[in-house]
Amino acid sequence: MLHIVNKSATERNSLESCLRMASKGSAVLLIEDAVYAVTQGGVAAAQIQAAMADLQIYALGPDLDARGMSARVLDGVKVVDYGGFVDLVTETNVCQSWL
Amino acid sequence: MSDMMDDMEGGEGVVKKFMFVNRKAPHGTIYALEGLEVVLVSAAFDQDVSMVFADDGVYELIKGMNTKGIEVKDFSKTYRALDGYDIEKLYVEKASMDARGLSEADLIVDVTVLDSAEMANLMAEQDVVISY
Repeated sequence: MLHIVNKSATERNSLESCLRMASKGSAVLLIEDAVYAVTQGGVAAAQIQAAMADLQIYALGPDLDARGMSARVLDGVKVVDYGGFVDLVTETNVCQSWL
Repeated sequence: MSDMMDDMEGGEGVVKKFMFVNRKAPHGTIYALEGLEVVLVSAAFDQDVSMVFADDGVYELIKGMNTKGIEVKDFSKTYRALDGYDIEKLYVEKASMDARGLSEADLIVDVTVLDSAEMANLMAEQDVVISY
């Protein structure tokens, strides 16, 4: 299962719900305002680090660049481009967008 | 009504304290850009304008944005032009910066950092508060 989150973790609870309900071994791709969650020093950083024990965490590079956050990404988070986004979608049987 | 006409014609109208409160991250929604455009419009009316950045709004001021990959306008540089419009009162809430691991050095413009109580006092002084 690929989970896709696009809302800021400090504005909505989409990420929190996703991490709570994602099963072990799933991939979580953060896009748009959700990418702030994988940056150092933020309130969601601890949640992301804990989640990496069971989940693969990805973030979309162009969205990090656009927000000036590329240099702040937490260790262990895999940054992908649009091609990588497509690969993640095609590699999995089901996608869930946490709108 | 006649007072209002005098104000408009004489250009010496009543000056009110306007506060624009920005609480949204840029790019993901249109609020940040729209809020900035309204502030620029307000500059034409010679009002006493303050801008506040709190919650995800502090992300609007981050240095080093490159929006090429998502094909949207990078309006962050416009914040640097605000002093050219006599909009020089920019305030950031400290708790919002702290929660995001950010400091003044990460911001594209000079701001005044206020604690939450100071922010409350500043809001209480305003005649008009507009929120984005």
